[in-house]
Amino acid sequence: MNRNLQLTADGKLHHLLTLDGLPARILTEILDTAESFVSIGDRDVKKVPLLRGKAVFNLFFENSTRTRTTFEIAAKRLSADVFNLNISTSSQNKGETLLDTVANLSAMQADMFVVRHASSGAPHLIARHVAPHISVVNAGDGRCAHPTQGLLDMFTIRHYKGGFHNLRVAIVGDVLHSRVARSQIHALTTLGCPELRVVAPKTLLPRDVESMGVHVHHTMETGIKDCDVIIMLRLQNERMQGDLLPSAGEYYKNWGLTPDKMKLARPDAIVMHPGPMNRGVEIDSDVADGKHSVILPQVTFGIAVRMAVMSMVAGN
Amino acid sequence: MNLPDPNRLIDRLAEQIRPHLHPDSALLGIHTGGVWVMEALVKRLAVDLPCGVLDIAFYRDDFSRIGLHPEVKPSSIPFDVEGRPIVLIDDVLYTGRTIRAAINLVFDYGRPASIRLAVLVDRGGRELPVCPDYLGVKMDLEAGQHISLERDDHGRLRLATKRAAP
Repeated sequence: MNRNLQLTADGKLHHLLTLDGLPARILTEILDTAESFVSIGDRDVKKVPLLRGKAVFNLFFENSTRTRTTFEIAAKRLSADVFNLNISTSSQNKGETLLDTVANLSAMQADMFVVRHASSGAPHLIARHVAPHISVVNAGDGRCAHPTQGLLDMFTIRHYKGGFHNLRVAIVGDVLHSRVARSQIHALTTLGCPELRVVAPKTLLPRDVESMGVHVHHTMETGIKDCDVIIMLRLQNERMQGDLLPSAGEYYKNWGLTPDKMKLARPDAIVMHPGPMNRGVEIDSDVADGKHSVILPQVTFGIAVRMAVMSMVAGN
Repeated sequence: MNLPDPNRLIDRLAEQIRPHLHPDSALLGIHTGGVWVMEALVKRLAVDLPCGVLDIAFYRDDFSRIGLHPEVKPSSIPFDVEGRPIVLIDDVLYTGRTIRAAINLVFDYGRPASIRLAVLVDRGGRELPVCPDYLGVKMDLEAGQHISLERDDHGRLRLATKRAAP
């Protein structure tokens, strides 16, 4: 099958699984649609009737608070009925397969699955097996993709910087284990960002990272110099246990974003972080809460972006 | 078919609306043609009226059949709807479904004192109990015919008809 699993025969978005291979036209359409949903958050009634009567199932096989909550808020603002299933404590523990779980929920007349799974490709597997009227949205799978996070980051960049064509963007931190970084790299490349850097120690970069069209830097001094956008990644605590890194203190000293290092970036640079943050490890509190930070607006925009994605896939 | 000059029709609308204006009145134009009519009306009414723009894409009743309109624009109501007399403005009134959607949209911003409807052309073919309070012209068009307001690069308005795609 050659056709992109995410698109309908006439090229419209029906599932959102990864930003890899999605044309700029669709990314831009999602961002434009999200623009219209942002203003709904300022109204008395923060709901529109688009998905009235539709059943959206949040299938979270892996923990998440922010992503699950913003998907839930987004679905509710679209007037959908939302069902949150915390599967790690449910029938998967009794031995049911992923596809059996999905088949059962489909029999309960689901219209959309929002899926987070520790295994890469789980949302793709579900998308291949659901009935044609059901849409699947990937809320993060393994190390593969986190497309709605990538999109809300693009929305945030476009909001503050007006576009992508003159930007120098740095993604700093654990790129190796980050599905967020992968989605950001695909989106920024597709949307025409001319200079995209990744900044990390060698042990936290995938071997093939240069083939993704990024410039590799191993120090902050060169990495964030003159950047317009700095995206910090979370350093997962479990990485500290292995031999990838010396210590949290050492990491902070070299790759943590501090007010001093911020002086290397452009004066109007924005700082982003997908959360949850490790203050004092990858980012200093003075930067996280400072004038360059757009970390909380990212969360707010995430609702509008998820509303746009859900209303587009449900309608196609 | 000889089509009327929209500027004459807007003159007519302005004359009808003027006596009913209240100090709190506000105008809401429906994207896109209704917004053009609203802009032309404001010039003729020559009073400082609050104006807003509605995009009804999120309120359409055919979403489950045709999906989301690809070029949805943000609605913008830069005033408090609560308790205000509202004049809702569109270019062409046909089935009435757009107006139904627009009324629902307005109520999600608050409870207006009243909503009156101003349209440039009533082309018949209603499917809902909607009728205009202020009207430019009534025309009887067949179901297969399509009429719309167009605006050129110089801001000149004209009405145009074509056969709708089957």
